[in-house]
Amino acid sequence: MDYKPVKTFSELAIKSLDDFVYGIAPHPVTAKNGMVIGGGTVYPEINFTLPPMTVNESTMPEVRRQYNEMIGGILERAKDLHAPGIIVELELLPPTTIEPKWGVEICKILRDKMYEYEEKYGLKSLLRITPNDTREIERPPFMRRGELLESIFVTFEKCAEVGADILAIETTGGKEVHDEALVTCDIRKAIFALGVLGVRDMRFMWSRIVDIAKRTDSIPGGDTACGFGNTALALAEQSMIPRVFAAVDRVATVPRTLACFEMGAVGPDKDCGYEGPYMKAITGAPIAMEGKTAACAHLSALGNIAACVCDVWSNESVQNVKLLSAPAPVAYMEQLIYDCRLLNEAAADGKEYALKMRDWLANSDSKLDPQAYILRPDVVLEISKELVKEADAFVATKKAAALAVEALKKGAAAGELELPAKEKKWLDIIGSQVDSIPDNWEELWYDLQKSLDLSKWRPEEYDLEVNAAKAVSAG
Amino acid sequence: MDRYGELAQAIVDGDEIQVLKTVRRLLKNGADPLKVISVGLVGGMESVGYMFSKKEIFISDVIISARVMKSGIDLVRRMCKAPARRPLGKVVLGTVKGDIHDIGKNLVGIMLEIGGFLVYDLGVNVEPQQFVKAVKERNAQILAMSAQLTTTVLNMQTTIEAIKAAGMRDDVKIIIGGLAVSRRFADKIGADGYSHDASSAVCLCRRLLKIRQTGGRNRGPDLRIVKRQRRERSDT
Repeated sequence: MDYKPVKTFSELAIKSLDDFVYGIAPHPVTAKNGMVIGGGTVYPEINFTLPPMTVNESTMPEVRRQYNEMIGGILERAKDLHAPGIIVELELLPPTTIEPKWGVEICKILRDKMYEYEEKYGLKSLLRITPNDTREIERPPFMRRGELLESIFVTFEKCAEVGADILAIETTGGKEVHDEALVTCDIRKAIFALGVLGVRDMRFMWSRIVDIAKRTDSIPGGDTACGFGNTALALAEQSMIPRVFAAVDRVATVPRTLACFEMGAVGPDKDCGYEGPYMKAITGAPIAMEGKTAACAHLSALGNIAACVCDVWSNESVQNVKLLSAPAPVAYMEQLIYDCRLLNEAAADGKEYALKMRDWLANSDSKLDPQAYILRPDVVLEISKELVKEADAFVATKKAAALAVEALKKGAAAGELELPAKEKKWLDIIGSQVDSIPDNWEELWYDLQKSLDLSKWRPEEYDLEVNAAKAVSAG
Repeated sequence: MDRYGELAQAIVDGDEIQVLKTVRRLLKNGADPLKVISVGLVGGMESVGYMFSKKEIFISDVIISARVMKSGIDLVRRMCKAPARRPLGKVVLGTVKGDIHDIGKNLVGIMLEIGGFLVYDLGVNVEPQQFVKAVKERNAQILAMSAQLTTTVLNMQTTIEAIKAAGMRDDVKIIIGGLAVSRRFADKIGADGYSHDASSAVCLCRRLLKIRQTGGRNRGPDLRIVKRQRRERSDT
């Protein structure tokens, strides 16, 4: 079954570099309580998780206590620091998604406390609910049927009913193939995973999520290529794979993440999607980003540049452990508030100051890492401008990779990007791999069938027929 | 550089054509097939492993070299009916119950296989009893567990307890790794070792099984090759 996009993006929402700045999105999102995301203020988004513990029926009292403690501390700190508003993300763990009643209960604990602070102290806040994409627990996973899938949708619906404002998820369709592509640095497989499998899964999932948002009057926020681009980022950070591969792969995630907007998502998208600036440039939707203040969750070379066009600034996730100052979620709430306060203060002095701040954030990182370079606002606009010319998601994915290779080569040649020899070698290899990809996805699918382990995933879950693909090529 | 050195260099370069050509030439000139494997092919791979541990190359380079090495070994076996390389040990590997992260675990599996171990990968979301059963059936000397979530790390402890309850604790070394664990945690739950990345997992397994560097003559990496490689890179 084909899940047709409800929107297409054939031109950029942001056409000028001077209009590409943090805090302001062409299509801001207004929440029920009046908070406007992308309307001029960068808001902090705090995400937190449990300390090491098992989640089951017997530990649920402790789980409730932990979440109560975390949200209480966070809201109190936000109030004391006069935050203009905050977003709280509840990223559910596998057990609290598989058992929707637990996820919903935690959601209600958080939302009730947030309502209380809004009512008593005027602290505005929004709750983002992010169920875990538990489909991959079963291997090979069923992507479009089964209890695991239904639990995700039930969790969305029930959490929205108890007050969750924004719906988001990190979908994993195509990860089965993409993981292998990463380890072997095979951009052909990565492009197939993203441009064919990922896009199809996104369209399927987001058609349902957008429906739920309509029924529950909640905001269909967005998705992220976390399982793809961020896995590459983490592997590059450990020197396992070249940073240029992670950079090219990141740009190749753009058409996949864009698919949720084509199905009706409106933003703010998920914080860990470092492809967010491309989403903002193309769709005009506000974006959530994470960088230096997410070092509690993972390291990256994108600490400053990630903030340069953000509308929401996040910490990714932090465990509820005690630090010298306070529990970690409280400490991170404070850090995010100060980060946002500085951004907003610069912008309050005038657009030229916001642009100067943007450029400082971008330029301080972009020379040192190819993953940062491809997030430079001018590079984002240049590549995005070419991508919107492609209507076909697979062709766009291939083109995204080719444009990223070209941009990195150009940047290195111009002395705007420092690339060690071992990285340059791989950039050439990736470029050759991209050149060898046909424009027809069916041809690539036929080629890859010989080298893909088809026992690890189910082509039929993506409407792919193994024999049909062979027949196409034979014909 | 002698012919064995040339062969090792071709492994480092990931140059399959050169490897096959050199293997053929060596064997036609009467070289000992076992020496071709252990000194030329495995020796080259040890240099690759060394360079990877120093972060001079990527896992993708290692995988390419490993594939080329395998082609070389296959050719030796076809030409001489040489015996297969004996594994250094058997490892049962998996991500613990409740956890579906597998890329780190997969990297450990790749590095262990390249390092000469026979790996039985049970996948993700593995129940403690599945680990117990596999260790018993495979007669594994090492059990390697991974966890990325703070809510699943305790299943490592549960698995260790299940191994103890099955009376197998003295027969198997247990190692752990993953984002959510640490050396301290490994000590706390009674694991034998902790590895923070894939390449150090190989050293850890060797150490636990008291295996010295191989390559036929306890050679270790050929530093001439490593140095040459470094020189070439800096010239680029």
